[in-house]
Amino acid sequence: MAGESGGECNRTNAFVVSARKRTLQKIAKTAGEGMLFSVASFVAVIVLFIFYFVARDAVPFFQIRGFSEFFTSSNWYPADDPARFGAFAIIYGSLMVTFGSALIAVPMGVAAAICLSDILPFSIRQYAKPVIEMLAAIPSVAFGFFALVILAPLLQNNGGPLLMWAWWILVSPFMVLAVIVLSDLLTTKITDQERRQQLHIFFLILFGLLSVFLLFKVGTILYGIQILTGTNALNVSIILSFMALPTIVSVSEDALQAVGRDIREGSYALGATRAETIIKTVLPAGSSGILAAVILGIMRALGETMVVWMASGNSSQVPEPWFNYLQAIRTLTATIAGDMGEADQVTGSARFHVLFAMGLLLLVISFISNLVSERIVVRQRKILSGQ
Amino acid sequence: MKFQSYPVAAYLAGKPTKTRIDIMIKKISLFIVLLALISVAAGAAVNTLVLDGSTTVGPLAKTFAAYFTKKYGVRVTVSESGSGNGAKSLINGSCTIATMSRAMKAAEIAAARQKGVNPVATIVALDGLAMVVHPANPVRSLTKAQISSIYRGAITNWREVGGPNTRIVVIQRESNSGTEESFKELVIGKGVPVTGSAETQSSNGSVKSRVSTTLSAIGFLGHGFVDGSVKVIAVNGVLPTVAAVKSGIYPVSRPLYFYTNGQPSGVVKQFVDLPKSAEGKRMITELGFINR
Repeated sequence: MAGESGGECNRTNAFVVSARKRTLQKIAKTAGEGMLFSVASFVAVIVLFIFYFVARDAVPFFQIRGFSEFFTSSNWYPADDPARFGAFAIIYGSLMVTFGSALIAVPMGVAAAICLSDILPFSIRQYAKPVIEMLAAIPSVAFGFFALVILAPLLQNNGGPLLMWAWWILVSPFMVLAVIVLSDLLTTKITDQERRQQLHIFFLILFGLLSVFLLFKVGTILYGIQILTGTNALNVSIILSFMALPTIVSVSEDALQAVGRDIREGSYALGATRAETIIKTVLPAGSSGILAAVILGIMRALGETMVVWMASGNSSQVPEPWFNYLQAIRTLTATIAGDMGEADQVTGSARFHVLFAMGLLLLVISFISNLVSERIVVRQRKILSGQ
Repeated sequence: MKFQSYPVAAYLAGKPTKTRIDIMIKKISLFIVLLALISVAAGAAVNTLVLDGSTTVGPLAKTFAAYFTKKYGVRVTVSESGSGNGAKSLINGSCTIATMSRAMKAAEIAAARQKGVNPVATIVALDGLAMVVHPANPVRSLTKAQISSIYRGAITNWREVGGPNTRIVVIQRESNSGTEESFKELVIGKGVPVTGSAETQSSNGSVKSRVSTTLSAIGFLGHGFVDGSVKVIAVNGVLPTVAAVKSGIYPVSRPLYFYTNGQPSGVVKQFVDLPKSAEGKRMITELGFINR
């Protein structure tokens, strides 16, 4: 009995808070909140500061040289006398490798995310996802070294066969799918069962032969290509797509996971197959997250410097013809990195400020695409919740 | 007793007992004091030389540094960030000696004067710029005019200079490089732009690795960087041998510099005078540079 009452006593004591403790707690609360707030606002202020300081040093360039040369000319001779600051080819190169890497990384990344979230068993996914995310931990200079020392000579010496194999491996699954779907679609309207089956088989064979012909024809054309220089837009696009992949896979897999089990089961309950569930239910529901993942991945590719500096060849030219990924290009990031050392305020101001103009351009591009993606995400969410 | 497991709470509540956090703070402060003492002692005992600049002079500076540290016990750090950055470092006072593969420009000297720095040049060695191609390239010799045409984009195919029928992959260095500026000045001429399709590499090493793996490439290297992976071609019929560079017959050669703030004295003078010693001369020759 005595022990029990003692316990009671202790408990009441624990709940009674002395005045001193209360003030201490108040102080701790205010201090903690204040600290968290200042850290959060510090991050926001940093973004504003970067914008301000980059813009402050970029504006003088346009004041000195105007806009037209920077955006329309491809003559980039900042060190020559007279200096010329035509950045069109450089802007074009940046967009080119970003587009190229997105072309490789987005389909691959989204497909891998679907595979991870809806197809692989949980036990495998647990290991596969961290392994893919490990790609993000590889420093970019290691990627650049790989691109320069291994991929570039490989492209030069075995570029044709390599392109052919890539074409075969990447395109043949899509070809098979297309053949099946096409012949299915062309025969659904026919009511006569026997005739339909005959026609179906006929179309399968016809399209099958056609696609095999196409595969081999394009393959031989690609086989014959001799790549002159291995440090080119293709090399950079491939490496950048590897670097963007972990972001795209990881974020879109999270988005697909967030769709939830109940929606998937609802779809199955309505009699949908797994493919139908993925394509018609899960992907639309997760599309805003996937879009965010894609934008993040593309930003990674646009802002990457080291790999591009090492492996793009850094030639200030618009390739000939304009879609030729097998020629050397130069990007905004690599130009900033490469020319910053020499371009001091003391040795010619336009040369210094032009790099900030490029930085501002990069900032503006990423800012706009972030805004656009935000808009699309919001709209998508509205549409989905409206239904 | 209850607070024992929450030292922070105990500390905040003003408990008089000696908690773990107290002990920890004591230990940490002791450690910091010790660290400060050690670093002060170390700073007083050893004064350091800081070298920054050309990637061409880099290997030489590093060898000198290792020798100098061993002989005089003076710590020397060497960075290779390009001649332009070397000049900048000297102007900003962040290095003692700027290593450069070109002479300082008038604008740089003016900027230095403005900041109260008086750059003084000491010639360390001579360096021939070797024109290099892939070992499988049959071309053996080019004239200076041909090289100039190639870099200006007037000649774009090896066939035009007696080679196979392939496009020429022109490789240059970035604008930060003293080697690039020397090459432009010696071969193309000042103010003449290099073709836009020329690839840009950031160091002697990466130029070498690109040329050694690209069949149709042409590039230029500091003489000391040449090895069996690339083929040196003659310019105007002269190969960049020691004798040819020393006598001035080889047309693409330049001096390498150590720039100091004011006339070098003390340890700096000892370092800058290394190339004059027999040991220094031996190291210069060993690294493929040429004694003056």
